[in-house]
Amino acid sequence: MGQDPSESTLPGHVDSEEVLKIEDLRKWYPLRRGFFETLLSRDELNVKAVDGISFTVRKGEVLALAGESGSGKTTTGKVLLRLVKPTSGSIFFQGKDITKLSEKELKPLRREMQIVFQDPFESLNPRMTIKEIVAEPIRVQHASANEAELEEMVKKALSDVEVVPPEEFLYRFPHELSGGQRQRVAVARAFVLGPSFIVADEPVSMLDVSIRAEILNLMVDLVKKSSASIIYITHDIALAKHISDRIGVMYLGKMMEMGGSQTIVDLPLHPYTQALIAAVPVPDPESKRTQNVISGEIPSPVFPPSGCRFHTRCPYAHTRCTKEEPALVEVEKDHYVACHLYT
Amino acid sequence: MTANSTVLSVQDLSAYYYTLNGWVRAAESVTFDVEMGQAMGLAGESGCGKTTVAMSLLKILPRGGRIRKGKIIFDGEDLVPLSENEMRKRRWKGISIVFQGAMSAFNPVYKVGDQIAEAIKTHESGVSKADVEERIAKLLETVGIEPSRADNYPHEFSGGMRQRALIAMALAANPKMLIADEPGTALDVIVQAQTLKLLRDLKDRLGLSMIMISHDLSIIAETCEKVAIMYAGRIVEYGDAVSIFKNPMHPYTQGLIKAFPSIKGERVRLTSIPGTPPDLIHPPPACRFNPRCPYVMDICKKIDPQLVEHGEKNHLAACHLY
Repeated sequence: MGQDPSESTLPGHVDSEEVLKIEDLRKWYPLRRGFFETLLSRDELNVKAVDGISFTVRKGEVLALAGESGSGKTTTGKVLLRLVKPTSGSIFFQGKDITKLSEKELKPLRREMQIVFQDPFESLNPRMTIKEIVAEPIRVQHASANEAELEEMVKKALSDVEVVPPEEFLYRFPHELSGGQRQRVAVARAFVLGPSFIVADEPVSMLDVSIRAEILNLMVDLVKKSSASIIYITHDIALAKHISDRIGVMYLGKMMEMGGSQTIVDLPLHPYTQALIAAVPVPDPESKRTQNVISGEIPSPVFPPSGCRFHTRCPYAHTRCTKEEPALVEVEKDHYVACHLYT
Repeated sequence: MTANSTVLSVQDLSAYYYTLNGWVRAAESVTFDVEMGQAMGLAGESGCGKTTVAMSLLKILPRGGRIRKGKIIFDGEDLVPLSENEMRKRRWKGISIVFQGAMSAFNPVYKVGDQIAEAIKTHESGVSKADVEERIAKLLETVGIEPSRADNYPHEFSGGMRQRALIAMALAANPKMLIADEPGTALDVIVQAQTLKLLRDLKDRLGLSMIMISHDLSIIAETCEKVAIMYAGRIVEYGDAVSIFKNPMHPYTQGLIKAFPSIKGERVRLTSIPGTPPDLIHPPPACRFNPRCPYVMDICKKIDPQLVEHGEKNHLAACHLY
């Protein structure tokens, strides 16, 4: 298509067709306790990493999940790919509930779902060549008829991520590549089978600032070209604003606010989103940022606060917030907030 | 800004690391001043030599690291020729440092209070036990930690509290200057904002001079009056923060500022600087940025540009474009 590439990353045409639908998803990790502790109390303790979230991922969109560490973003990503089994709730992938499927039944679906991890220094096997790394998904899925076809697929995937010329890289090892090139290889591995849904877990946080944008633009372009969907997990809401179509803000395993990325950042409704945005430093020495940084840190997910989980740090908290949990409601078109201030 | 208010003046400082493959030129001909009660930001990507400069100032370079030339004039005295014993008297009292990685900077088997006490006792002989305790309580209060928490172990502190305690420890011997190496980088945005606010408050309250090291230009923009941008071991641009952010001259600074999207304003496509930072054993000839520079000329590969003023006062850039 003779389209200007700069347009493709901006919010534009997003199909309303759903790729993924998540309903009341929970992932609790049981807390391991000593023998005597179990005698003293019978109650099971759980780390409530993800505690009842519902949302949809549309075809061809970049959805960012933002929040502090411990908010459950990474767990959400892993559960969506069924890398860990959810405790309850359902995930519909292309209309099919994948929560109850066995590993065997999942295997054909794995072609469609891929992940890019945070650290390219650890996510690539140091003893495999670049060719073997990128070829592994093809081999696992028996997606190529013969060795020649496989090599063609690997070469194409590498040139798609601008690791060029691919012939020169095929037989190199990860340690011979720079951090940026390694992450490109990880992206090539994720895209080699043409997936329809990708989770990218902080894909650029380990890279140098001057090359972050390249990798992000590359991923977004690949997604838009193949009309796949991507969940971009990040703590950097400033970056999320520029590359994603929608942003979901998570806090202690709950979705606090969700909507179009421009709306979320420019007109945040939830006090937590407001605090998160106020905490982002602005690269302008003359803008004296409002000094109202909220106090405290994220509470323990084992004993989350009652009612609204943010009430312990919220500047607008009132009695209702400590007792009743706010539901995620649509306050304006395509803008969802879970806060008693708006209900 | 008069010359006599300068606390620290670094002149033509070069620090190299010896490796089997040759000398790594981590910092080369670095020159900057820090004024009394002001903050200077040292910005650049990883591997550009920011931390090497910080460690050279305290002469705590790891094995193989050596100051090859230059002067570090602190309080009217050159630190470079000083012996290890003399240097020890100046660390913590004169210049102290907050290292990066708040989560792992404390010794896990000692109480936080005891670790701060150690800093006080090592640097001031003959302080009584009661005095030390009183000072620890006061230090913790300064950084916003309940003084009774001095009896806790580091693992009982949250990430943000550890960072605060680390700052309290750096202030233990009332230093004139504080070096903060990537403050809050490993922390969440909200906790990071809290830490920066604390550092700014301390600077104003105690009249501290500061060197702030960070790869995040926004952090520097918010806290520092002066900025030095480093690339591949050299300062490429140096001057008043307002002037540099408003009117960046060096192509590297321009690229770096563009690589940080602002949370304000319209959505834009992100831009980056093509290429990767160079190998410092064999740095590119002349201007070290020339292989990545969009405006590269012949002269850039032959003659090393000098860091000089180009029109604006207190705004220096090392680039042949001007």
